[in-house]
Amino acid sequence: MTTTLEPPAPTPAPEASRQRARKRPRRRTQLSAHGEPFVWISGGALVLALAMVVGLFALVLGFGLGTFWPGPLEQITLEDGTSVLGELQREETVRLDGEEVDRRLIRVGNRDLTGVSFRWIDNADVAKVERPDWALVVERLSWGRFYGTPVSYQVQGEVVTEDPAEVWSAFLAEQGPARERLAEIRTLEEHEIGRVNARLERARLATRGAELRFGEDSDEARRAKMQELRIQEEGEASFAELGAKIAALRAKNAEQKVVFRTSDGVDVPMEVASIVRAYPANRLSFTGKVGVYLARWWEFLSADPRESNMEGGVFPAILGTVSMTLLMSILVVPFGVLAALYLREYAKQGIVVSTIRIVVNNLAGVPSIVFGVFGLGFFCYVVGGSIDRAFFPEALPDPTFGKRGLIWAALTLALLTLPVVIVATEEALAAVPSSMREGSLACGATKWQTIRRIVLPRAAPGIMTGMVLAIARGAGEVAPLMLVGAVKLAPSLPVDLTAPFVHPSRSFMHLGFHIFDLGFQSPDSEAAKPMIYTTTLLLIVIILALNSIAFWVRGRLRRKLQGVHV
Amino acid sequence: MNELPGSILEPSGLFDAIHEGRSFDAVVHEATFDERSILEIEKLRLWYGSSQALFDISMLCPEGKVTALIGPSGCGKSTLLRCVNRMNDLIDTVRIEGQIRLSGQPILDSGTDVIELRKRIGMVFQKPNPFPMSIFENVVYSLRIDGERDRGLLEEVCEESLKGAGLWEEVKDRLESSALALSGGQQQRLCIARAIAAEPEVLLLDEPCSALDPIATGRVEDLIDELKGTYSILMVTHNMQQASRASDYTAFMYLGRLVEFGPTQDLFLQPRLKETEDYVTGRFG
Ligand SMILES: Nc1ncnc2c1ncn2[C@@H]1O[C@H](COP(=O)(O)OP(=O)(O)OP(=O)(O)O)[C@@H](O)[C@H]1O
Ligand SMILES: [Mg+2]
Repeated sequence: MTTTLEPPAPTPAPEASRQRARKRPRRRTQLSAHGEPFVWISGGALVLALAMVVGLFALVLGFGLGTFWPGPLEQITLEDGTSVLGELQREETVRLDGEEVDRRLIRVGNRDLTGVSFRWIDNADVAKVERPDWALVVERLSWGRFYGTPVSYQVQGEVVTEDPAEVWSAFLAEQGPARERLAEIRTLEEHEIGRVNARLERARLATRGAELRFGEDSDEARRAKMQELRIQEEGEASFAELGAKIAALRAKNAEQKVVFRTSDGVDVPMEVASIVRAYPANRLSFTGKVGVYLARWWEFLSADPRESNMEGGVFPAILGTVSMTLLMSILVVPFGVLAALYLREYAKQGIVVSTIRIVVNNLAGVPSIVFGVFGLGFFCYVVGGSIDRAFFPEALPDPTFGKRGLIWAALTLALLTLPVVIVATEEALAAVPSSMREGSLACGATKWQTIRRIVLPRAAPGIMTGMVLAIARGAGEVAPLMLVGAVKLAPSLPVDLTAPFVHPSRSFMHLGFHIFDLGFQSPDSEAAKPMIYTTTLLLIVIILALNSIAFWVRGRLRRKLQGVHV
Repeated sequence: MNELPGSILEPSGLFDAIHEGRSFDAVVHEATFDERSILEIEKLRLWYGSSQALFDISMLCPEGKVTALIGPSGCGKSTLLRCVNRMNDLIDTVRIEGQIRLSGQPILDSGTDVIELRKRIGMVFQKPNPFPMSIFENVVYSLRIDGERDRGLLEEVCEESLKGAGLWEEVKDRLESSALALSGGQQQRLCIARAIAAEPEVLLLDEPCSALDPIATGRVEDLIDELKGTYSILMVTHNMQQASRASDYTAFMYLGRLVEFGPTQDLFLQPRLKETEDYVTGRFG
């Protein structure tokens, strides 16, 4: 790099080229010109940035993946003779009253009996640690985990067996059918009864609508009222029938019970159907552990949440996040592209357009909660309220659209991510070579034809980049969602199998909000913590997946433009 | 090339006049008046913002003939060409005075339908500019924008135009692949095919061969030869041989002015101005 090049010896020249011979020699390249320090600085900056990103990701990945791994169950006997059964959560050293204390956090479960599910134990107090053979981890529908040993199995109140192994196998045999009955009860309660209720509601609204339209005493109103009464009668009959069915199933489930004993010696009878999953933690082989691990993941991904979201799954939140993000993309991309098209292609470039551009760019800096407030005030109340008054007057004062919902959340986030799409699209449009536009115009194409046939296809990959950025921004946003549609627990899914399949007015669950809720609103933060990591991991994976799709489409578009066969 | 035995012409002092900003009359050979003209350029002046790029250009393009524009770089050849199909409209700062007539109709008026005008005047640019679509779609672009759907007709036009541009044999098996994958020379011929597919009355060629190798250049020149008669061609070139081989009329421009305009033979063999002679013989500088 620093080879010195001697200037060539001046050739003996006639008059004319003497000027040349006197030419001043070039200076040697200075150290600062080589830019080595700059390379070091930029490389260092990259490493630092990478380290932080990788660190954060490793943290989320490490904790997130570890959450569902079944650990051993330890029976800890304390110096005072009492004993504790539970899973070791972590150990730490703290200074208490100026003294260093080693202590461990044990998940003791059995919240229904003791009121707490975690306990700090000083290592100094520990007399003995054992891993009892038949200690079971029992995940229940309510009250969180239970730890204990099987005592007996009862059918219709009669003790069938008291041998732990036999109790265990009886439980395993009965668990499947019992859970199926429970699922049936759920279906009856949610879908069948829900359907009857919906029918009643429709009939009520029809009456109300007829009254509003034709007057209270009109024939139409009276006819609708008659119809409503008839449907009410049918409804009562259905309710009675469904109630009987449910009661029968419940009674059947109540017959099968397991009795467990806690480490304090308390016997707890439990319906088999109320147990989601149980395993003898200390008897599990490696494959058994993997089985429990995968089953927990599956439950997490596919089931509804329980226990104020601390247990169970996050399926509604996954569905909510994905459908909200997709709806947002569908709204923001055409909107942003049109705006950018006008700004770049049609508007007369000048001070006004420059100002608009600056304003749009700075819109990205407005705190997202402000968008939330705007969305709530404008979309939910003004727009939604107007829709209700215009199309659903019979349901008032109950709002149909005039409340927080999927569509308003998607619109709010679309507004939030609009600058990203506009800026990316404008850049993509500006990058279309003017020679292509001129070529098209010279063929006699109009400006619009040129834009549609040449400019937009050419800019499509750049527009996709804007979409990727918008998705990343929108899917991770929480603050505005709390105001315009995300809820802790949604009664129904925003997308389901009943027509019209997408229900834009429903509120929905969202992974980002779920994380916030688990972290700051849950009654048992210690139990929620692992779920936070897992949910975060899931959210990141979902955003990555959505973006990968967009990247893939973009790559295809790009290759197509460059003329490579795809 | 055409060395005149010890030039008999005296410097006319015309360049001095140009440099001093005095007005003068371009030398136009009488032979040009005998031709039926398709384009008439009348006292055309053009400004980019406040700097004037064209000064009182008056000339005509004979119908069915090839007219070449020559002159040093930056003298306004492309600018003049782009006035004819109103491409200069795209530049906000441009101001034009004077008139151009296409078959007698004025085209620089604000009332002119620019889209219709451009459908009658095809253009091939200095740099090949294929569109980001298939070869086939590139060629039939002008029919597509007119809403033509008849696949048979489109295919026929595509084949004819590609044959006309001497590209058919090379691309007939991959009409559906992207035009951007073609080589530079192929792209330029594709652009020529695209221009002739529209069957314009006038074809504007802005240094169509500057990106081409000698063989492709030869092909394009042959093509120009074939096309003339059917089309009237106005082309810019920096290549004197090309101008003398391919064109019927030649206009020599200098610093935004028309200097000499006449039949190519005359302009190259018996120029009336010493400056033209110097330029076409390469003694200019
Ligand atoms: N868009 C523009 N804005 C301002 N000035 C321009 C613009 N385009 C061309 N000019 C100026 O107008 C003059 C003529 O340019 P033009 O492109 O017509 O030259 P040319 O004869 O085609 O040159 P070349 O042979 O190098 O292509 C030049 O001085 C150039 O700098
Ligand atoms: Mg030019």
